[in-house]
Amino acid sequence: MVGQLTVNERKLAFLILILIAVVGLAMAITGADKLFVVHGLIIFLSALGTIFLVISGYFLPPPDIENAKHYYDDPTRAGIIIAMVWAVFAMFIGDWVAWLLAFPEMTFDAAWASFGRLRPVHTTGIIFGFGGNALIATSFHVVQRTSRARMPDNLSPWVVIFGYNLFCLLAVSGYFIGITQSKEYAEPEWYADIWLVIIWVTYFILYLRVLARRKEPHIYVANWYYMAFILVVAILHIVNNLAIPISLMHAKSYSAFSGVQDAMTQWWYGHNAVAFFLTAGFLGMLYYFLPKQAGRPIYSYRMSIVGFWGITFFYMWAGSHHLHYTALPTWVQTLGMTFSAMLLIPSWIAAGNALMTLNGAWHKVRDDATLRFMMVAAVFYGLSTFEGSFMAIRPVNALSHYTDWTIGHVHAGALGWVALITFGAIYALVPWLWKQKRMYSPKLVEVHFWLALSGTLIYVFSMWNSGIIQGLMWRTYNESGTLAYSFVQSMVEMHPYYIARAIGGLFFLIGAIVGCYNIWMTVRSARMLAGAPEFETPDLGIASAQEIKAGEQA
Amino acid sequence: MGIEERDRYTGHMTTGHDWNGIKELNTKVPKAVWIFLFISFVFSVICWILWPAWPLGETYTRGILGTDQQKRVDQVVERAIEDRAIWTGRIMDMDYGEILSDQSLMQIARENGGRLFLDNCAACHGKKAEGGPGFPALKDTAWLWGGTPEIISESIRVGINSGHEDSRASEMLAFGRDQLLPRDEILTVIDYVQSLSPVSADQEPKQDRNAAGKALFLENCASCHGENAKGDVETGAPDLTDDFWIYGGTRAAIFATVWNGRKGHMPAWQGRLSDVDRKILTLFLLDLSGMDVDGRSNN
Repeated sequence: MVGQLTVNERKLAFLILILIAVVGLAMAITGADKLFVVHGLIIFLSALGTIFLVISGYFLPPPDIENAKHYYDDPTRAGIIIAMVWAVFAMFIGDWVAWLLAFPEMTFDAAWASFGRLRPVHTTGIIFGFGGNALIATSFHVVQRTSRARMPDNLSPWVVIFGYNLFCLLAVSGYFIGITQSKEYAEPEWYADIWLVIIWVTYFILYLRVLARRKEPHIYVANWYYMAFILVVAILHIVNNLAIPISLMHAKSYSAFSGVQDAMTQWWYGHNAVAFFLTAGFLGMLYYFLPKQAGRPIYSYRMSIVGFWGITFFYMWAGSHHLHYTALPTWVQTLGMTFSAMLLIPSWIAAGNALMTLNGAWHKVRDDATLRFMMVAAVFYGLSTFEGSFMAIRPVNALSHYTDWTIGHVHAGALGWVALITFGAIYALVPWLWKQKRMYSPKLVEVHFWLALSGTLIYVFSMWNSGIIQGLMWRTYNESGTLAYSFVQSMVEMHPYYIARAIGGLFFLIGAIVGCYNIWMTVRSARMLAGAPEFETPDLGIASAQEIKAGEQA
Repeated sequence: MGIEERDRYTGHMTTGHDWNGIKELNTKVPKAVWIFLFISFVFSVICWILWPAWPLGETYTRGILGTDQQKRVDQVVERAIEDRAIWTGRIMDMDYGEILSDQSLMQIARENGGRLFLDNCAACHGKKAEGGPGFPALKDTAWLWGGTPEIISESIRVGINSGHEDSRASEMLAFGRDQLLPRDEILTVIDYVQSLSPVSADQEPKQDRNAAGKALFLENCASCHGENAKGDVETGAPDLTDDFWIYGGTRAAIFATVWNGRKGHMPAWQGRLSDVDRKILTLFLLDLSGMDVDGRSNN
C-alpha cells in the first residue's frame, strides 16, 4: 500500500499524520471533560497506528513509473472491505436494538447499551460507515473508468478513506460514551464535524481533479449523481452543524439555530441527507453497475437528464414534510408537501430508466443474482419514493407520522434500495478488481439475495402493520368523544410485529455475513493465484465497445 | 466523439457516447412522463391556491380557504369540548354519590378513567393499580391520606412532596443514618412492628422483645403512626398493622426504611389534567376499589 506512494507522497503522508497525532494529543492533554480526552486519544492512536504503517513502507523502493498509467484501485479495494465490516457491525447493532424494542430489559442496566445510544450507532454505522464507504469506493472506480483518467495522485484517495473512517469512528465511539448533539443523522460534535468538512472538501477536489483529467468529451450520468452527492452533502453538513462549542476543550456545543428554525434546518438537512447521500450517490452507483452488469445501453439519455435535474431541484424543498402539524408555519408545510408530490415523477423516471435498461437482459436477471440485486433495488427505489411522496401528503402524514410506518418506509429504502444496490455493485466489482472470472461462490450470492429480500419484506410488512395499527389506535375515539386507547395499549399491540421485524433484520444480517465470507474467499483465491499484481490501464484511444464485454474490462 | 448506432433490441439510436463500454440510447421521454409531471404540477398549484404556500418577504400567500393549521386545531378542539359537554357538565355538577349510582355516567368514567390511568398513573402505580416497590396499590381500601372522594381528588390535585403550593407533605426520619436510634434498638422495634402485621413476618418475631419494642415504638414512631400503629391520614403515615407494605414488608426492607427514612413523591396533576379528568380518575379509583362515598368498601 505505502509502496505505491511516491517518495514525496510518503513524506507528505507522514507530515499529515504527525499533525493529526499532535492535534489528538493536544485534545487529550488539555481536554476539560473526560469524553473529549477519550476522543483526543482515539485521534492520537489512529494517527499513530497509521504512522507505523507509513514507516513500515517508507524505505521501500519508489513505485514503478509505469504505475501512473494504470487506474489506481487500491483505495477502492480497501473501501469495499471497510464498507462490509461496517455493514456487519451496524446491522448487528440494528438487529440488537430491534430485539431491545421487543424486550426492553435487554440493556443490562448499562448506559452504553440503552436504546438512545445504540440507535445512532446503528444509523451512523449503516449510513456513513457502510453506505459512505461503499459510495466513496465505487465513486473512485466509476470516475476513473468513465473519465478514462487515473487518480491525479496516490495520496488524496487514502486521505479521504482514512479521514472519513476516523470521522465514523469518532461518531460511533462518541454515542457509546454519551457524546451527541442530538440532531438526527448529524449527532457527532463540532470537532468531528470540522474534521469531516476537511475530508469532504478533499474528496470533492479529488473528484473534480479526476474529471478535469478526463479523456471523454462528456461526463457520464453516474458522475453527475456522485458530484451532486458530494457537493450537496458538504453544504448540508456545514449549515446544519453550525454550532458554538462551550470551549475549545469541551466536547459539547450549542447549535447556531433555535426553536422552529433549528427544527427546519435539521430536517432540511435530514431529508436531503436521504436525497443526496442515500439517493443521488446510490443512483450514481446504479447508473454505472447496472448497465455494465446487464451489458445493455442506458434506456434513455433524455430521461437521465430530466430525472437528474428533477431529483436535485425538487428534493431541496421537501424537508419540511418531516414537520407537518408542528410549530412550523403552514405555508412551509404546504410547500414541502407539494414539492414532495412533484418529486415522485423524476424519482420514477430514474427507476423506470433503470428497469427499462434491463430490456433485452431479463434472462440475465433471472440467472445472475448480482444483476437481480440491482433490479430489485431499482424496484424498491420506485416503491419507497412512491411511499415517501404519499406520506408527505398532510392528511396521510397525520396517520403515519411518529408511527412505525415511518420506520418501515425508511427501511424499504435503506434495505431494499440502498443496501441491495450496494451489494449488487460490490458483487460486480469484487471479481473485476481482484481479477477473478466470478465471485468465489455464485451460489452464496444467490443465498445472500434471498436472505436479503426475505429479510426486507418481513421487516417492511411488519412495520407497515405495526405503524398503521399504532396510528389508528392513537386516533380512535370512543362514544363519549375521548381517545379510546392509552399509549401503553398501543405498545402491547406492537409487540408481535417488533419480534417479526427483529427476525427480518436477522435474515438481512446473516445475508451480509454470507456476503463477507464470499468476498473474503474471492479475495483470498485471488491472492493465492496471483503472481505480480495486474493493473488495468485506461484506453487512451477511442474505446471500442465491441471488445469490451459486460462485466469485463481491458 | 463516438458514432451513433442503432440498438438492435429496442430499435432506438444511441447517443454515440461510450463510457468504458456503457452506451446510452437517445430514447424520447415517454409522453406519460410529461403528463404525470404536468398533473403533479397542477396538483401543487391547486394546493398553493387553497392553502398558505409562498413566502412574500414579511408575509405569505394566505390561500383562498383562509385557514391555517392553528385555527383549525382550535376549531376542532372547541367542537370536541362542546360535544363532550353533555356528560362532562353532568360529571362536574353532580356530587360523587349521585354519579356512582348513575350507571351511564359510570360507564363513561370507567372508559375514560381507564385510559387516563394508563397514560398518567400506571407508570408508578402499575397497569392494574396493584402498586409496586415504592408506590402504593390503589385498588385496595388502604389509603395513606384517606379514601373519601374529596380526599382522593385532592391528593391527585396537589400531589405528595410535589412542590405544589398545597402539596401534601410527608417524610419519615432516617432513624439509623441520622443516629436517632442505635442499631440494636432499630432491630428490636422492627421485631415489634413485624409482629403487628399479618403477612410481614419472614422470620419468627422474637416475642420476648415485644415489650421493649413496644416501648421504643411508642417513644419514636407513635407520634406519626399512632399508638395502635394504625397510621394517620393527617400526616400520610401508613397503617403498619395491615398486609400492605409500600416499600416491602420483609425484615430487610423494613430495616432499610427505618435506617434511611422515606420521602415518597407524587406529582401534582393540577395544570396537567383538567378538573373533569381528575374527577373522572377519582371516580375510576373509587369504582376500582369498590368504595362508596364515605370511603367504605362495598366488596
